[in-house]
Formats: sequence, structure tokens, C-alpha cells
Amino acid sequence: MNKVIDIEKFSNKIKDGMTIMIGGFLGNGTPETLIDAIVEKGVKNLTIIANDTAFVDKGIGKLIVNKQVKKVITSHIGTNKETGRQLNAGELEVVLVPQGTLAEQVRAGGAGLGGILTPTGLGTIVEENKQKIVVDGKEYLLETPIRADVALIAGSKVDKSGNAYHTKSTRNFNPLMATAADLVVVEAEKVVEIGEIDPDVVMTLGIFVDFVVRGETNG
Amino acid sequence: MDKNLVKETIARRVALEMNDGDLVNLGIGLPTLVANFIPKDINITLQSENGFVGLGPAPLKGEEDKDLVNAGSQPVTILPGGAFFDSLTSFAIIRGGHLDATVLGALQVDEKGNLANWMIPGKMVPGMGGAMDLVTGAKRVIVAMVHTAKGAHKILKECNLPLTAAGKVDLIITEMGVMKVTNKGLLLTELNPEFTVEDIKKATDAELIISYDLKEMRTS
Repeated sequence: MNKVIDIEKFSNKIKDGMTIMIGGFLGNGTPETLIDAIVEKGVKNLTIIANDTAFVDKGIGKLIVNKQVKKVITSHIGTNKETGRQLNAGELEVVLVPQGTLAEQVRAGGAGLGGILTPTGLGTIVEENKQKIVVDGKEYLLETPIRADVALIAGSKVDKSGNAYHTKSTRNFNPLMATAADLVVVEAEKVVEIGEIDPDVVMTLGIFVDFVVRGETNG
Repeated sequence: MDKNLVKETIARRVALEMNDGDLVNLGIGLPTLVANFIPKDINITLQSENGFVGLGPAPLKGEEDKDLVNAGSQPVTILPGGAFFDSLTSFAIIRGGHLDATVLGALQVDEKGNLANWMIPGKMVPGMGGAMDLVTGAKRVIVAMVHTAKGAHKILKECNLPLTAAGKVDLIITEMGVMKVTNKGLLLTELNPEFTVEDIKKATDAELIISYDLKEMRTS
């Protein structure tokens, strides 16, 4: 099945107030073309779930700078001074989550789990208002699953059915986010025919992907 | 001490804590320098929490690969035997007890081994990134930092900034010396001969227990 659509058709699917999960690590392995389309459309009040808010001129940072985001769930905002400014000015809600916890919450959301138990955050403000569970004498925090309306991910090589290969350090959150949203769109640095990616090296399964958009950047 | 010499002194001493075969995560900034001073007969593998083991040095100018960066977004290389993975595997390594050591900086560290290095409320809120998982999961947690913040104490009786993790720090290495976190408090085991015991006590808010076997701080 050919899932390739053009950028206008993608843009039409993004609405005000949506919760959007975006792959990448400081912009590396982030779907820049999809983000640019959202910036151009100008939808507002988005909730963004992502590892970080990248830089003012790169990745998710562009959505923050354009004031399209009301809430961000993330592990790090330190590389984007505009995120910090909007937080301090009360213009943006920021929920900071340990990186490994965020990854597992997304996995739980995509894997049908009711949450995960982690020792990370015990004895810190991260444990506030969370249930603690003791297993075999060890204490853990219960962290609940995270899902989104839309997941936007980046692939280095993607076949027309959405099977994706993510080269080098661009993999990061991309394969897990593809499992945890109602609508999953992959930006492909290179689109190839079905069958051209060895099934042994498929990292994000096409069965999770709804649409493929050709992109220019994946850096 | 000159600022660069301070950093080099700390990095050189941390490097001596590495054992052959260790898997190690080095934080961004000063801890990254440790890689430059690993003794020749010691082989360690570095993990980069954005998704690989076998982290190598920066590439030559012109040979940067946009798809290969470290957790600080800087171009890097991967060494033979290295491997890439997603964020789930990366934190399975970190949280699952597979890291022999993590080396991080600190805003504050205290005599109970508490660490604060991710926010100053109302002032600077970068976020914890992977730091909470690293400190919780690594077998050894080494804090590598300049002893004071321009004279202000960083090694305290009790941290007053939000913690990164409670009671997880094993060792503190600064330009002044080496301090072990014990259940009795901070044990000074090595002192940089540039300083006296009085100097380091004055620069430290926490009570320092001076080891009976206090040694000169090693740098090689």
C-alpha cells in the first residue's frame, strides 16, 4: 500500500489544540519538513511531547518560537532560551520528565501497558503526586503511559508502506513514538520502493505508519 | 590555578578512576575532557545517551556527519565495535545497571551523596535530560567539578536545590582533592599539593573527614 502523501495533505490533518509527539534529539532525527509545514499553517495551543525543545532555529524549537505551543512534556529545554523565557513569563506550561522515564512512558502508551515502574526520580520533586510501589523490597515510582493524537517521526530511508530505517544517531525516540499515536506520519529523507529495505533492518514498522511525506532534512 | 589547568587537573584525576573494560557515560562539558586522559593501558567504552556505544573523538574538519552527533549535538565519530540503538535501549543500559560509571558535573553535592545539577528554581531550568536516570542506574557515580562557584560553596552539608537523585554519589573530584562519600560523611583521601587542608576545609561547607592515609592528588 502506497502511503506517500504531499505536504499540503499532511498540513490539512494538523489542527489547533492537538497533542503531537515528535521524534529527534536536539534536532537530530527530527522531521524538519513536517515541523516547517506546521509553522507555516500556524495552528495554536499544541501540546508537544518530545525529548527536548532543540534550538530556536531548529526542530521543535521553531514551534516554540512561533508561539504555537501551550504545553510541552520533555526532558530538557536548556538549549532553547525561548522555551525558558516563555516558561518564566507564564506563557508556556513545561512538564519536565527524566529522559528514560519519558521513553518508557511512550513505550507503555504504544504497548498497551498501564504504566511502568522506575526508581528514577525517587527522593526528588519528580516523585510528587505519584504512587510508589514496592516490589521485592525495592521502591519504584509508577509512571503512567503517554499517547498523542499525532506522532511525527523522521526516517533516513522509508519505503512507500512506511517501513523505516534510521541511520546512526537519528533513531532515538522515532521507533517508539510510531507506536503511541492515533495518526503516525514519517518524514522520509529518501523514499524507496516496497521491498527495497531489508526486513532485517526495518527499525520502525510500516504497520504503525499512516502516511509518508518526502522531506529534505533529517539532520 | 589557571582555569584550563583546573579543568585538566580534574579530568586527569577522574581518568584514573577508570578500569579496563568499563562502560562509561561522560556528561557534557568538563566530564567530556576525561576521554582525553585515559591511561594507555586502559580500554573503556563510552556510551552516548542519544543512542550509541563506542563514542569516538570529534571528526576532522570537513568530515562531520549530520547524522552522527553526541548528546550535546556536537559532531562525533563511532569506533569499531560500536553500535547504535533507540532511546529505550539507551536507558535500559543506563537504568539497568549496565554502566560501570557515570561522570557528571554538579551545582551542589552534599555529604550524604545527594546531587543537584538540573535546576535553580526561578532562575535556570534546563531540565534533567538523562541525568536522573544516569545517577540512579550507574554502578558508580563520580562528580567532577570545580570546587566552588567563584568562592561560593558547592559541597554542602545538605543540598538546598532540587535534587537529581538522593544518596547516589560515590566520589567527588575537584581541583583541590578527592572526596569519598561514606556513611560517616565525606572522606578526603587525596589533596592537591597546591592547597592545604585548611584551604579545602574553608572551600567546603560539609564537614571533611581527613583520611589517616591522606595522599597527594594524582594526575597521572
